[in-house]
Amino acid sequence: MELNLTDVDAIIDHWGPKPDSLLQIMLDINHRFRFLPRESMERVAERLRMPVSQVFGVANFFKVFRLKPQGRVLVHVCTGTACHVKGTPRLLDRIQQDLHLRPGDTTEDLSLTLETVNCVGACASAPVVVVDGVTYGQATPTEISQLAKKLMETNKA
Amino acid sequence: MNRLSSVQDLEVLRREILARQSKMLKWIRVCCGPACHSRGGEKLARAFQRYVEENNLSDRYLVKPTGCNGFCAEGPTVVIEPDNLFYGHVGIERVPEIMERTVIGGELIEDLLYVDRETGSRVLREREIPFYAKQLRLVMEDTAANHTTEIDDYISRGGYSALARALSEMTPEQVIAEVKGAGLRGRGGGGFPAGVKWESCRRARGEIKYVMCNADEGDPGAYMDRAVLEGNPHVVIEGMIIAAYAIGAGEGYIYCRYEYPLAVKNGNHALDRARAYGLLGKNILGTGFDFDIYLNRGAGAFICGESTALMASLEGKIGEPRGKHIHTVEKGLWNRPSNLNNVETYANVPQIINRGGKWYASIGTERSKGTKIFSLVGKINNTGLVEVAMGTPLRKIVYEIGGGIPQGKRLKAVQTGGPSGGCIPEELIDLPVDYEKLKEAGSMMGSGGMIVMDEETCMVDVARYFLNFLTEESCGKCVPCRVGVKRMHEIVTAICEGRGTPADVDQLEKMGRTLQEASLCGLGKSAPNPVLSTIRYFRHEYEAHVRDRKCPAKVCKPLLTYEIDTEKCTGCGRCRIKCPSGAVIGAKKECHCIDEELCVRCGICIESCKFGAITIE
Repeated sequence: MELNLTDVDAIIDHWGPKPDSLLQIMLDINHRFRFLPRESMERVAERLRMPVSQVFGVANFFKVFRLKPQGRVLVHVCTGTACHVKGTPRLLDRIQQDLHLRPGDTTEDLSLTLETVNCVGACASAPVVVVDGVTYGQATPTEISQLAKKLMETNKA
Repeated sequence: MNRLSSVQDLEVLRREILARQSKMLKWIRVCCGPACHSRGGEKLARAFQRYVEENNLSDRYLVKPTGCNGFCAEGPTVVIEPDNLFYGHVGIERVPEIMERTVIGGELIEDLLYVDRETGSRVLREREIPFYAKQLRLVMEDTAANHTTEIDDYISRGGYSALARALSEMTPEQVIAEVKGAGLRGRGGGGFPAGVKWESCRRARGEIKYVMCNADEGDPGAYMDRAVLEGNPHVVIEGMIIAAYAIGAGEGYIYCRYEYPLAVKNGNHALDRARAYGLLGKNILGTGFDFDIYLNRGAGAFICGESTALMASLEGKIGEPRGKHIHTVEKGLWNRPSNLNNVETYANVPQIINRGGKWYASIGTERSKGTKIFSLVGKINNTGLVEVAMGTPLRKIVYEIGGGIPQGKRLKAVQTGGPSGGCIPEELIDLPVDYEKLKEAGSMMGSGGMIVMDEETCMVDVARYFLNFLTEESCGKCVPCRVGVKRMHEIVTAICEGRGTPADVDQLEKMGRTLQEASLCGLGKSAPNPVLSTIRYFRHEYEAHVRDRKCPAKVCKPLLTYEIDTEKCTGCGRCRIKCPSGAVIGAKKECHCIDEELCVRCGICIESCKFGAITIE
């Protein structure tokens, strides 16, 4: 994949090419490309004058970073404690049963990625599912399974 | 915006803002806290604003999108001031009606009023609703009154006056003495006295010092830091500047969770506004004090709530903690003296300076002072953020404020302290909640999550849940935590799946104690707490799993069997059609039965049965 490194450079310049900006730079790259392309990490290492292994280590360590391309829509199922006791496991089971998707999976056509997240701080509406930043509260297995199915169809390539 | 170049300037500005505000007849507080936000609170605020603008009423009525009002179960909530009228579950379509009838017409809209669960009567005013009346709201009240993005609104309520007072009338030592006298302890979990920490950091040698705010609220089930930072960022910023002045720091960082995009946005906006007024930057309020704050985002690692890991991550490294034999107040970020406190801790500082340490110390118990915000969630009627004085009995929080357990179910336990905490059983419902008492009960304060569990919650499953969380979040630096938590998770999973033995429970206790002793940081040391506390109070549930191969709460799937009641089944066939694994067998109009081998225990049949004929054994 040919990657436009100008965007990466712009992000690095915004934060300044210094080690303490590493996390912020990587977050922006991850957001811009929806994952961390290998070339971008090499570029960051080069500009911040640190070993690629450090950049890669950070990318591996933190949960937010993705090393593989993501689906066009991200479905985050909250697995916070409040959501857990109010039935998140049943949501996930149903999605797996109906759509054969497990947390961390991306559909083959890159339409959707299913992720879990440890609490989004909307515990009063538990169980919670977040689809590209929009929160769905009091989610039931059937609703979410249908929602995911619909999202997969509307986001087909 | 003009830069404020002296303490007097701030006072002049405040009077100007107040004069402007006094022209308003009424103001409408629309809650935009985390829960209301997810239910359309922001859209609601915009709808009110549009109505006011379209009808040329902006000179008389003010619409305020505010920080979290706490009563999340009633969200989105609207409060009309100065009458203090409270409307819950407000849909966007009700805006014109509320404006015409209540705001302009002065009439009540019955069906939007709060109904008291006990008496069944309607309550008009926010302050009269038991949920609010039984609390002692200091930080939360200000947050609920605050316009999320207007610094002027914060200043109008006396915002930044504590900073002005500290900078112009107090020496750094006096500030520290005041905070020490208040007995303010870290609200992030550790409970270390904030004043003592500031003093050690002030004394530590070094030209450059840092003040940091931990907004990496990783405890699942706690969201008070999110609510405060999103809804009232200036109170945190003011607290940080005061701390920086006391310590002699020139630079500050807020480390905020990536999962809280709105907190990042509102925090950054607030920093810009404060800078524009000269409340951050060079020569703050003309007193010669320089200090600035930057907001950094985390990237989803629970361990980064641990001080040394947080600092490593700020330096652009992997967020691994280090041993605590060298204190961060001496060698923290970039090996320089650094002070780290939690969002809520800083949010308490301005009122301590304004009203005095003595006043603050008069609230709470002997060793735990002031108030604490708890996020009361799970199986509870009044979910929301609750602020009470330290030492308030758990019973008062759960029943009087929280309104008890839904559907008349029985309380089983209250989980506090997140993955580092434990479960308080129903027997200890009269426990006064403070740092010491929670610790004695085998749990901890943590950042203040309170997850209420009823009879349908399996305590072994809860322990497994937290161990699973910790297995994923352990950074892997030290062996006890990396391997120990994983092995404990395997054992508890085996118990949940009916493969456990009685010896496993003892083994868990033994491993737990080892982890507490040998782990490097707080995460590992407290990781066994959820297991140990559930074994301590709910050993019978573990025994039911290992001896009888039964899950009393009917949660652990492999231990359940689905059965059809022959009396109730009419043979309608709904469950047979819906069952994804074809486990329901039976001819039409004849009683069905479930093939246990094929059943995946998904519960679809129960959902689809109209006669309640399917039960779990």
